[in-house]
Amino acid sequence: MSSDKTRQHRVICGWRALWVIRGHLSQRAYLLFALTGLLLPLAGWWWLSASGLMDKVFMPGPVDVLSRLYSWFNDDDLLGDMWISTYRVAAGFTLSAVLAIPLGIMIGTYRPVQALLEPLTDFIRYMPAVAFIPLVMLWVGIDESSKIAIIFIGTFFQMVLMIAEDVRRVPVTQIEAAQTMGATRSEIVSRVIVQSAKPALLDTLRVTMGWAWTYLVVAELVAANSGLGYAILRAQRFMQTDKIFAGIILIGLIGLAIDQLFRWLHRKSFPWLYKK
Amino acid sequence: MDIKIRIEKACKTFGEGSITALQEVCLDIGSNEFVTFVGASGCGKSTLLRCIAGLETLSSGSIKVDGTPISGPGVDRAMVFQHYSLYPWLTVMDNIKFTRQLQINLEDITSADVEAASGRADALIDLMGLNHVKNSYPNQLSGGMQQRVAIARALLPRPQILLMDEPFGALDAQTREVMHDMILHVSKLEKTTIVFVTHDVEEAIYLGQRVVVMAPRPGRIDSICPVNLPAQRNQDMKLSAEFMQQKKAILTRIRETAGVHTDLELLARMTKPADNN
Ligand SMILES: Nc1ncnc2c1ncn2[C@@H]1O[C@H](COP(=O)(O)OP(=O)(O)OP(=O)(O)O)[C@@H](O)[C@H]1O
Ligand SMILES: [Mg+2]
Repeated sequence: MSSDKTRQHRVICGWRALWVIRGHLSQRAYLLFALTGLLLPLAGWWWLSASGLMDKVFMPGPVDVLSRLYSWFNDDDLLGDMWISTYRVAAGFTLSAVLAIPLGIMIGTYRPVQALLEPLTDFIRYMPAVAFIPLVMLWVGIDESSKIAIIFIGTFFQMVLMIAEDVRRVPVTQIEAAQTMGATRSEIVSRVIVQSAKPALLDTLRVTMGWAWTYLVVAELVAANSGLGYAILRAQRFMQTDKIFAGIILIGLIGLAIDQLFRWLHRKSFPWLYKK
Repeated sequence: MDIKIRIEKACKTFGEGSITALQEVCLDIGSNEFVTFVGASGCGKSTLLRCIAGLETLSSGSIKVDGTPISGPGVDRAMVFQHYSLYPWLTVMDNIKFTRQLQINLEDITSADVEAASGRADALIDLMGLNHVKNSYPNQLSGGMQQRVAIARALLPRPQILLMDEPFGALDAQTREVMHDMILHVSKLEKTTIVFVTHDVEEAIYLGQRVVVMAPRPGRIDSICPVNLPAQRNQDMKLSAEFMQQKKAILTRIRETAGVHTDLELLARMTKPADNN
């Protein structure tokens, strides 16, 4: 009987231990919670679609979506859509990053550059990128470059400001230490500021990559005849709700995969942050 | 004694002249001297040290090293900060060798120089007791170990002057004692002139040949106290009557200049039982 009691006690302890503020969670418990969090909505969706409470046209079930995905893959060039969308995101995002990184570093390092560019960037950042679409279509046309341009407009200005902020967060003692050791200005930038800000920069890229996908879909919804966003739009026209679902979930999965890739790269590139 | 650093009427103001951090500070510091600075918070200790380092420029007056006025930071003056100055992305060894990567140390370099520098890095690692952690990253080390790395890094290019701003401020008492004897050893071995800022009067007396007491608002030198302890220090001296007396005298000066004191009467009133009101 007493052993029964201690076991009960231990169970309570285990349950309580989970709710310690900023507590520790074992790998197994983490997996359990994560799976519950993922499977519960899936089950709910399944039940909702199977129960017949909602019309199949408006609420297709997971099986419908899967079979639609299959036929999309076989008959409708799913891979082609994925490829062109990924290409647009990659191109727009890379263009943004290539320009934003040096500019952000300059803004975060040199006060005159900050004074010159930051207020302007701040101003443009508040203009909705989506509203530029008609203008972009007029100026750039409706070929690939217009989609890339919209992704660029959507991500570039945010990226510049975030990178400048990352650079400004470099501890001033790290910079002063280099000065007292006789480092030149360019050495301080390349050997201290950039090195110190690198992990934060990669995180900024990871976050803005998510926005790039959002702007991709916006661009494809209004100005494209291929890609995942366009497929979603066309599916709506033909009342193919299951295809809309499939497209949305697919974009989510691609985003998740890219996000994980960035995290993996972070762990590989900055081992000192993960060694304790 | 030759004069290494000559500070002449050094003035420094901040905020368009509204804050006088240093007012006409004059001081000569000798070659291979160990000078410590104490004083109430805000009396300009850090500012003076940063001016010597060349990280701040004086509003007026001058600081000369070997007779030459300084203009900006230089490799003859190394600085050890209180914390966060190590490079977390470099291992202990690479942090210590950081200066070797800089252009200034790469001009006219011979393979003998490279070898000598690498030998010196190893010697410093031994001296600081860092051998078992030389491939670790700074955030894997305790605060005391990190400061040893920072000191080793500062010493690598054989600076003539070592400037230290509360370098042991964040360390526990035991680690501090070890660091004190270590830095005294270094100053004898390397013949470095050391300017050392601290809050801790005991530390200032134990380390310094002279203790400079500064006073705030405006920041200035209040008094200079030569320390009359045997050159070879040991921890027991901290208990000697002489040490105690000097500590008391300096603490009194700091208290008098600080301009803040505890209002005992007010405290008593605050803690009075409620029914007395
Ligand atoms: N960059 C700055 N801008 C404006 N005021 C400053 C700056 N640096 C220092 N001060 C002011 O100058 C005065 C002296 O500061 P300093 O940091 O030198 O004092 P300190 O003796 O080192 O104090 P502590 O013991 O607290 O470290 C203070 O009043 C401080 O507020
Ligand atoms: Mg200070």
